[in-house]
Amino acid sequence: MYLYDEFDQRFVDQRVEQFRDQVRRRLEGELSEDEFKPLRLMNGLYLQLHAYMLRVAIPYGTLSAPQLRQLALIARKYDRGYGHFTTRQNIQFNWIKLEDAPDALADLARVQMHALQTSGNCIRNTTADQYAGVAADEIEDPRIYCEMIRQWSSIHPEFSFLPRKFKIAVTGAPNDRAAVRVHDIGLRMHRNGEGETGFEVMVGGGLGRTPMIAKTIRKFLPKQHLLSYLEAILRVYNLAGRRDNLYKARIKILVHEIGAAEMARRVEAEWAEIRDTAVDLPAAEVARIADFFAGPAYAPQPAFVPEFEAARRSGADFARWLRTNTAAHKQPGHAIVNLSLKPAGKPPGDVSAAQMEAIADLAERYSLGEIRVAHEQNLVLPHVALRDLHALWQALDALGLATANIGLISDIIACPGMDYCALATARSIPIAQRISERFHDLARAHDIGGLTINISGCINACGHHHVGHIGLLGVDKAGEEFYQLTLGGRADQDAAVGAIIGPAFSSDTVVDAVETVVDTYLALRRQGERFLDTYRRVGQTPFKEKLYAAH
Amino acid sequence: MPLIKEGRIAADLWVSVAEDEAVPADRPAIVGLRRWQAETATLRARIAPLGIRLKNNDAVADIAGDLDRFELVALEFPKFTDGRAYSQARLLRERHGFPGEIRATGQVLRDQFQIMHRCGFDAFQVADAGAAEGWVQALQEIGVRYQEAADGSATVRELRHRAARSLMWPQAEVTAAW
Repeated sequence: MYLYDEFDQRFVDQRVEQFRDQVRRRLEGELSEDEFKPLRLMNGLYLQLHAYMLRVAIPYGTLSAPQLRQLALIARKYDRGYGHFTTRQNIQFNWIKLEDAPDALADLARVQMHALQTSGNCIRNTTADQYAGVAADEIEDPRIYCEMIRQWSSIHPEFSFLPRKFKIAVTGAPNDRAAVRVHDIGLRMHRNGEGETGFEVMVGGGLGRTPMIAKTIRKFLPKQHLLSYLEAILRVYNLAGRRDNLYKARIKILVHEIGAAEMARRVEAEWAEIRDTAVDLPAAEVARIADFFAGPAYAPQPAFVPEFEAARRSGADFARWLRTNTAAHKQPGHAIVNLSLKPAGKPPGDVSAAQMEAIADLAERYSLGEIRVAHEQNLVLPHVALRDLHALWQALDALGLATANIGLISDIIACPGMDYCALATARSIPIAQRISERFHDLARAHDIGGLTINISGCINACGHHHVGHIGLLGVDKAGEEFYQLTLGGRADQDAAVGAIIGPAFSSDTVVDAVETVVDTYLALRRQGERFLDTYRRVGQTPFKEKLYAAH
Repeated sequence: MPLIKEGRIAADLWVSVAEDEAVPADRPAIVGLRRWQAETATLRARIAPLGIRLKNNDAVADIAGDLDRFELVALEFPKFTDGRAYSQARLLRERHGFPGEIRATGQVLRDQFQIMHRCGFDAFQVADAGAAEGWVQALQEIGVRYQEAADGSATVRELRHRAARSLMWPQAEVTAAW
């Protein structure tokens, strides 16, 4: 993984001291809250319902074991002993005191981490496929480009006060695990006819109150021009994006209003002016960054491990866990292991400090010291030898991290909702807890098969409800929480926004409604059909009839 | 309003002329784009220095051919969170090679001095003279620059490879296209 050099280190150290001075000026009244707000946001500090929340960037979702241990330390020292992994591969601490924030940032800088640009109207943490560098279907490691983007976007002097926040996601594989089509810019690596690798550039995706799937404005961008092309997009957006209405300020609205063809024309015209200037990195610098992602030296492993095969055959629980929680690794004799942060009845994405420390230990023992964060709010150990899988499974099980539900109905994405968030209009976490309890029977969950439920506590859609196979949006009706159901959304390479099925359900009836959707699907499905296949074949009507029959 | 140049409070010799005001012939004057477009011939012929004031939605390209006539371009930050003028300043400096003064007006705050400076601003109209005190510190708080911009300061990529380049590699190899 990438390691800071003296320049990267000095950068984060100086940012900490700059913010320390800004906090001091705020506490002494020299800065008004209005003036201070964008400064703290650019350092990851939000004001929530009960306290400040610190959102720490985990660039492209890659963590080392010492970094995870340091996050545990921060959770203990400045928070209440736990952290919450988000849908943008960040971690949030919910109980931070303003006067402690500079020290927490200094503790992060000690392990080459920061909370920079995790909020505010700037270029946010760039996200990537959580299987980057190890996925069997990958063309090239997207993190090389994410790290280039991270550096280019760090206090970009021109793009620090954009019309609105700006999110970039990159995938190096055809199977999109990074939801690139629902980002302001999505980048998908592929090969052109000459066998060269480059990016399909998609612009204007996003969720929120106006969900949009990104439009492709360039089918193939030679990879050496990535930064100049991004700079062109950002410049067009910075100058032309709407600033008159907060809800129309994202780039998706600009793309929608002028059209993808006009957006492409403007970006290409701007790019023609800057593509041969010094925006793009010189070869030596690209090579320096790429070297960090060359991949670890794997100890040679046999592709067939008799004791692993025996364990798989003799243990149904282990076999079930292998089916959902592991993925194909490009290196023979290895697997990618997902740690479920969605045990029945627990808040999705929450991890205690003790769990973080234990995971760091397991990563060092079994995964070459590396951990990944998935946007589905789970963790990944990316380099596990087949012969270690059984022992790792047992260790994870003891920690409550081996629920065999990755990609299944209880693997719920949920925003913090009204339990923490100042914007929320309804609670998300308790609904997620109740659904995961209702479907806690793993045999049943496996029978239901691939089905994602995403829950947002307000229209801002941090829980990605628009792209859940089943989406739940919490709304407030005269002081009571209701939940609107959408069906048919998806966030992968065939991304689609789900359709609202009908009137919202009360907090008391919404879990039954979800179960009705599931039962309707099970009754209708044909051999081998997943939920989305059945839904596509039969449409909304049968679900609507069942859901509203009694009403 | 006080003006900061080169880290100090500087005398402001310029008068910013409203759209319906007469342009004084005997002192440096800043006019709006509309005035310039309506009275180009007269304004071009004047002897005293001339500056132009651009709104955030005025395209820099529209005056690119006239930049030789202006000693100063004033750009506006209607709110400090409105960042359009950063792009305008970079375009003036980097694309059109404007050598004169680029003045930041509107809500110009200390915590944005450094990025303004990096984008090519070199004069700052501030609300109070005390802002000059934080100037030097504001410009030095972050000494690491990842991007090329209009200030010409060395970027991380240059610093990283400078030593290696002079010690190890012939120049041609380093500059070969990737």
